[in-house]
Amino acid sequence: MIYSLICLHLENIFDWNVKQLFLYLSAEYSTKNNALNQVVLWDKIVLRGDNPKLLLKDMKTKYFFFDDGNGLKGNRNVTLTLSWNVVPNAGILPLVTGSGHVSVPFPDTYEIMKSY
Amino acid sequence: MVRAGVVGTHLPTSGLDIFGDLRKMNKRQLYYQVLNFAMIVSSALMIWKGLIVLTGSESPIVVVLSGSMEPAFHRGDLLFLTNFREDPIRAGEIVVFKVEGRDIPIVHRVIKVHEKDNGDIKFLTKGDNNEVDDRGLYKEGQNWLEKKDVVGRARGFLPYVGMVTIIMNDYPKFKYALLAIMGAYVLLKRES
Repeated sequence: MIYSLICLHLENIFDWNVKQLFLYLSAEYSTKNNALNQVVLWDKIVLRGDNPKLLLKDMKTKYFFFDDGNGLKGNRNVTLTLSWNVVPNAGILPLVTGSGHVSVPFPDTYEIMKSY
Repeated sequence: MVRAGVVGTHLPTSGLDIFGDLRKMNKRQLYYQVLNFAMIVSSALMIWKGLIVLTGSESPIVVVLSGSMEPAFHRGDLLFLTNFREDPIRAGEIVVFKVEGRDIPIVHRVIKVHEKDNGDIKFLTKGDNNEVDDRGLYKEGQNWLEKKDVVGRARGFLPYVGMVTIIMNDYPKFKYALLAIMGAYVLLKRES
């Protein structure tokens, strides 16, 4: 799966107590076998001091996207959500889900990537 | 003129008049000090058990032992866990789990979750700093983790504080020295 463009502005999340952000894109869907499936497709660590503006173009999924079973093929409703884990210098570790998400249908046929 | 004097030797007075102190203490005072010490230890244990009940986790405070979650957590950091049954396991969460048959808790992130209608969950974990997922760490033939393997979910974090535990494990002499100093201090402390 390839993404066209994702633009992230992270300055507002970083404050004096934020050491790093662990961003991840997860796909959520349901299948006949399992009522709920969540798979992380991509993640990135952004440290305090790194460029807070991220432009992600034409990215391939970092991890293979496959289901436990055959539930993905032709699945009409796969929801992609961006979330992040705030790692503080000390204190609580919140897990925040971005508001808004994208729903994509999985195609009926797909290519299996041979290279590992 | 007869002068009464203290029977026994006079030690030269110094700040560290330890042996003089020990001799002056009679049995009652010693027992009292020991009971005081036992009370402190019991209170500490009670607080720990209370935390276990409060958080629902068998080990609510753990020390990070490896660098597999860097740069978020380093060896020696302290993690505070909860393990409430109502909290579902979701992708992205940091869980502390034990592989069946092994004692060492592992702190990694959940990257895949498959949950059935009846609530049965199986999930896969991976350390942020590792290239591959944890299947190699699981038991022979085990491909997924289940709720029963979870010690808790990481909710809070303090850096460096856990180093003391690691040092005590790696250098047992340090642990004994620390215990000896603590024991001596408690037994010899005079209540003013």
